[in-house]
Amino acid sequence: MTYLSKSPWVIHYDGSSCNGCDIEVLACLTPVYDVERFGIINTGDPKQADVFLITGSVNEQNKAVIKQIYEQMPDPKVVIAIGICANSGGIFRDCYNVMGGVDTVIPVDVYVPGCAARPEAIIDGVVKGLSILEEKRKASEVAKEASA
Amino acid sequence: MKDAMYTIQNFTQIDVSGLLEKVQNLKSEGYRLGQICGTPKGSEMELLYSLDKDLSLLNLRLTVSYDASIPSITGIYWPAFIYENEIHDLFGINFTDSKLDYQGNFFKLSKPTPWKQQAESEKEGA
Amino acid sequence: MGKSTIIPFGPQHPVLPEPVHLDLEIMDEKVVRAIPSIGYVHRGLEKLTETKDYNEMFYVIERICGICSFGHGWGYTLAVEGLMNVDVPDRADYLRTALHELSRIHSHLLWLGLLADGLGFESLFMHCWRLREKVLDLFEKMTGGRVIFSICKVGGLRKDITPEMQNDVLKTIKSLRNEVNSLTKVFLDDASVKNRLCGVGKLSKTEAVDLCAVGPVARGSGVNNDIRLTGIGKYLDLGFKPILEEDGDCYARCKVRILELYQSFDLIEQIMLELPQGPVDVPVKGMPPSNDFIARMEQPRGEAFYYVQGNGTKYLQRMRVRTPTNANIPAMVKTLQGCDLTDVSMLILTIDPCISCTER
Repeated sequence: MTYLSKSPWVIHYDGSSCNGCDIEVLACLTPVYDVERFGIINTGDPKQADVFLITGSVNEQNKAVIKQIYEQMPDPKVVIAIGICANSGGIFRDCYNVMGGVDTVIPVDVYVPGCAARPEAIIDGVVKGLSILEEKRKASEVAKEASA
Repeated sequence: MKDAMYTIQNFTQIDVSGLLEKVQNLKSEGYRLGQICGTPKGSEMELLYSLDKDLSLLNLRLTVSYDASIPSITGIYWPAFIYENEIHDLFGINFTDSKLDYQGNFFKLSKPTPWKQQAESEKEGA
Repeated sequence: MGKSTIIPFGPQHPVLPEPVHLDLEIMDEKVVRAIPSIGYVHRGLEKLTETKDYNEMFYVIERICGICSFGHGWGYTLAVEGLMNVDVPDRADYLRTALHELSRIHSHLLWLGLLADGLGFESLFMHCWRLREKVLDLFEKMTGGRVIFSICKVGGLRKDITPEMQNDVLKTIKSLRNEVNSLTKVFLDDASVKNRLCGVGKLSKTEAVDLCAVGPVARGSGVNNDIRLTGIGKYLDLGFKPILEEDGDCYARCKVRILELYQSFDLIEQIMLELPQGPVDVPVKGMPPSNDFIARMEQPRGEAFYYVQGNGTKYLQRMRVRTPTNANIPAMVKTLQGCDLTDVSMLILTIDPCISCTER
């Protein structure tokens, strides 16, 4: 895990999830799983965050909120959709007030399946997201050098 | 079926005109409002008022048309505003003289629910 | 006196991970009026009865809320079993009761953690959540899931537990009891905790009755409407008695939940020792008839209604859930009136709102 040389900050937003995945995200931050020991910190401010964790599906109400949080985050950034609802709408896909997965609104880098997604899976997803974050950072540096 | 208290249901059919009086009487007898539930049934709507006294249930059933105006029971049970606004927003039924009317802003939805759309078309057809 | 200002509270607020929205009308530092509005996590799952049959619907109902998922599942099966006249075997009823009480422990520990977080008592929050993980481990052993179990079904349980699991439960409950003892001391005796909770958000007994409050909110004000007394599960056989407090403030509501933890420990221990042998399910034949049935369930947050109406096909005509938070919103709005702005988060927390339950 050489790419954990940096300490990534995450922001969490609850779309229209059933709480199951939210609680598991919180469980990742509390004892037993405790990702804070890796330097991963949960922040409430999108401008401080590198990783965007979204649980639950998207509806017309929260579409704008999700877009706004995403746009406020500085580049490079990674979006992780946690749980099957955030992946595709899941069991609530046919509901009248559900638009579908998070990728209907913003680009998603990592999909963590599960109902509810297990803490191990969420941590795995975040680690995967971090390597994508590193690639994105390198790509932007290459682009910068090329233009210089 | 197990012979337990919760299996006793007590459904009673009543009229819209007798609703307020009945609910007022039940309140003075010490009943507590449990819920109001709407069930669309073809061209009509069924409203179910569930009340509870000492853990036994009493259910008042009303059958109404979509364009009917139902007298609000918020004057008797103030907490009924939750259920009345919900039924208005999800099913398109109007309640009159509500003590706390959200004017359709209780559930913030971008488009009307399929139930409400059905109610609108029933109202137009009537 | 200054003039009043409206402060929006939520939809994103650090005190709750869920989106709740309130408009608070403030005069100086006092709240004059609070107006709730909902709809951020409304999914409309009651409409799914038209495309999912009564067995499939169970899995949707469980996912109303990830905290009280077992209770929702049980309430729904109780309603369908009532509609279809199905009798559940004794062993299944005992196990359902035990799983429901385990859910209550997990939910109350989670809530105590959030309360500690709201107080700014970070280490206490972490301890509550650490203990909660032990309950989740038990769930995983018994059902296979940590949050959503899908172990209930119409007619009983999907699978049985082994004697080893029974022992594990007893062992875990024993160690939990010891650890909760030390948490209880902090929650109920610590001066700084008491300072924030005592006398805050008073709800008198008459108010609680008038506002139709349910669950620990009602019981904290001395109102007994605990649905566990109506004969669901095996509570009456186990000699269940509800816990009542008289004060009606945040402290009383907190105390009710802490005492309920101990009560749940007792109930589970009793069940694990007395668990009868036998099958855990019965075959269910036929379709839900054209009739209706209301089942009620005492969730960790209070009384919930499960209304089902059949129409003779495998699809239900209507399914509605009225969740405890729904019934407690009026009480929350009333207690918020006249409170200090800084106490708003405390008051909202002691109702233990569950927004995804409320909006479905």
